[in-house]
Amino acid sequence: MENTKKITPQLWAKKALSAAKSNPIVVLLAIVSIIVGFFVENFFSWGNLGNLISNTAIRFIIALGVSGCLITKGTDLSAGRQVGLAACLAGALVQRGDYTGRLWKGVPEMSMWLVLLIVVAVGICIGLINGIIIAKLKVPPFIATLGTQTIIYGICLVFTDAQPIGGFQKKYISLITGRIGSTKGFYIPYFFFIALFFGVIFWFIYNKTCHGKYMYAIGGNEVAAEVSGVNTTATLIRIYATAGFMYAVAGYLLAAKSGGSSASMGMGYELEAIAGCTIGGVSTTGGIGTVSGILVGVLVFELLKIVLQFLGVNPYYNYVVQGVVIVVAVALDIRKYIAKK
Amino acid sequence: MSEYLLEMHDVSKSFPGVKALDHAQLCLRPGKVHALMGENGAGKSTLMKCMFGIYKMDEGEILIDGQKSVITDPMDALKKGIAMVHQELQPIPARTIGENIFLGRYPMKKALGFIPMVDHAKMYEDTAKLLKKVRMDFDPKAKVGSLSVSQMQSVEIAKAVSANCRVLILDEPTSSLTQNEVDALFRIIEDLKAEGVAIVYISHKMDEILRISDEVTIMRDGHYIGTWEAKELTTDMIITKMVGRELKNLYPIRENVPGDVVFKVEDFTSINPKSFRHVNFELRKGEILGVGGLVGAQRTELMEGLFGTRSHSAGKIYYQGKELKINRPKDAIDQGIAMLTEDRRGSGILGVLSIADNISISSLKKYLDWNICINSKKVENLVQENVKKMAIKTPSSKTQIKSLSGGNQQKVLVGRWLANNPDVLILDEPTRGIDVGAKYEIYCIIADLAKQGKSIIMISSEMGELIGMSDRIMVMCDGRVTGFVEGKDATQENIMALATQFE
Repeated sequence: MENTKKITPQLWAKKALSAAKSNPIVVLLAIVSIIVGFFVENFFSWGNLGNLISNTAIRFIIALGVSGCLITKGTDLSAGRQVGLAACLAGALVQRGDYTGRLWKGVPEMSMWLVLLIVVAVGICIGLINGIIIAKLKVPPFIATLGTQTIIYGICLVFTDAQPIGGFQKKYISLITGRIGSTKGFYIPYFFFIALFFGVIFWFIYNKTCHGKYMYAIGGNEVAAEVSGVNTTATLIRIYATAGFMYAVAGYLLAAKSGGSSASMGMGYELEAIAGCTIGGVSTTGGIGTVSGILVGVLVFELLKIVLQFLGVNPYYNYVVQGVVIVVAVALDIRKYIAKK
Repeated sequence: MSEYLLEMHDVSKSFPGVKALDHAQLCLRPGKVHALMGENGAGKSTLMKCMFGIYKMDEGEILIDGQKSVITDPMDALKKGIAMVHQELQPIPARTIGENIFLGRYPMKKALGFIPMVDHAKMYEDTAKLLKKVRMDFDPKAKVGSLSVSQMQSVEIAKAVSANCRVLILDEPTSSLTQNEVDALFRIIEDLKAEGVAIVYISHKMDEILRISDEVTIMRDGHYIGTWEAKELTTDMIITKMVGRELKNLYPIRENVPGDVVFKVEDFTSINPKSFRHVNFELRKGEILGVGGLVGAQRTELMEGLFGTRSHSAGKIYYQGKELKINRPKDAIDQGIAMLTEDRRGSGILGVLSIADNISISSLKKYLDWNICINSKKVENLVQENVKKMAIKTPSSKTQIKSLSGGNQQKVLVGRWLANNPDVLILDEPTRGIDVGAKYEIYCIIADLAKQGKSIIMISSEMGELIGMSDRIMVMCDGRVTGFVEGKDATQENIMALATQFE
């Protein structure tokens, strides 16, 4: 066998160095957060870790959804609004029967699992519509999802009347935002397991199924994929429908995490998800991207936000910094591509 | 003062792996039409691109009016009075004729004395004059997209004329024109001749060459063969000079025995009236059917039509007596047809993906466990089997395919198709852009497949390859099948005669 090379410390160092070279942003942020951790109190705390895990989990689920679109050279700008709609729909349906401010008074109190089913079904339908517009009507994904983004926001405003929704069933909130471990010390939020579950499923889809291989093939060269017998239309529709499913799940979780929902929930999440994917090595030129990379990208992005928060940076500046990171990440990615040309 | 307006001497140009021009030359007299002839790949277009400053020549010199001159880029060529109408037109369809003609050098004026802006009035006035000069009666403000191909061609010529050119290069100007349009073009050429413009006319159409040109230069394999007065030449003489090379023993011995007819195409016609029409042919089991013709004969389009990447308006395809319904490539693949496309980068390889992904993409369904999970071991076996069988040189099965050489990429793609065990294999220019050694290996693979009883259709623009590899050759011209030649009777001359049988 050729794999008889001994794994020496030098080899590890070499590997680490080349990994660092190809992911400069990840390395930079890791260093920054370690430095911040040593100088700012409470940064290295169980509470902060749990918080990071919960935030990352929801973003990771959205990023997984959008990753298929990105890998096939598309995009999905409606992600954030789909999350918002799912959060509001879930909120409206999961309200307690005895709550006075119920949005839909005629609707009986429902099991939170039934609510999940409804929300997910709606999410898949929206995703299907996106997919059909893109794959059948051949509208460029950027424009198509820009349109549906606005439509979804409008629908959400109409049915919520732009009012916040509260009074959720206790079980819904406690079950989703629950944790394993002590209240003071180390704990793992349930979000971790939910994200892990989807991470494993997506890893399987991307690496072990025809659908996953077709997705990468379309991203690598759509014409060649079609010529090779890939049904590109069906594959693209499936990708956008899966994305809609993931946004719906994220919205359902987000409403529980926040304890209430409103139409503006998930504002800008599409950009965070796209940024996370890009930082994590999903190539904007198509055909490249891994589930583990997406996880790292999202994690790094959330870490950045927490670091800024702990440093006491004016929250408005957060947007500036995040924007810079997105542009730099894409610029570096494109540079890799140009260098190889 | 030289008697020539422009001279090119000893021009050489190499591309990776190919010597496109080898001491080529061309001398143009003012007021004469000079035809430049040669087979596909003889180096005509390359020579013209050197003259027009698109390519930099490795060796050689250009003299203008007897003065040594260097042409750095197309802008520079235009300044020196050289204009070119390309084989493939590149207009901007959504803009007007005037804007297309003056693209990049719009007449300017100063609004309020200091704000520079495009002088539209002058631009359209000049455009109208130019159009009149090329005997075209269009509204200068019409969108180019609304014109027919021949009208666009006239616009391109007007554009060339607008640069006050002294040398005008026309690269296959009539390949998409009707007879009336050709006549109109020839009137424009006569006008330009009278003004003393030297015209380079590249075409495969013998009758046109003999009708319009004063002098003929013939090239072969990047070499200069000679220049003759057009009136001294006949069609047969030109063909002999164009193809007159000896065939070396570059092809493997074939042991395939063509059997019964298995594949049949009847009256196959494109939805595009300019493309393939009323095509009929049969293919035998274990036969290699070569498809010859000039660039633009619609060979690729026909095959893409059969494979389902292009639409057809009429016609039937039969395999072993059963009619096949093919609307997209997947249908063709499911029914045992495979097609290796001409444009390897554009429609063949999945560049950033691995060899394993590239080779398995068409046949993934065969490697599933429990109907869902791809068994990587089976895929790896497929890769290793192909690597061994076809001697694919790659560091590993995870290597990105774009980092392989053209020949190895082609072998991977052949492997992709063979994984499906197809009965009919369409190969479109299977050895294009591949070095000589790898070419021979590809020929061996093709010969072996035919021996195994697979039916093969091979499009090729290389005469040698066509004659050396085919049991039978179908020749196309301008969308029609103009004839079949048995492999043993095939000569470059009789193929060329069929390939130039324009209506």
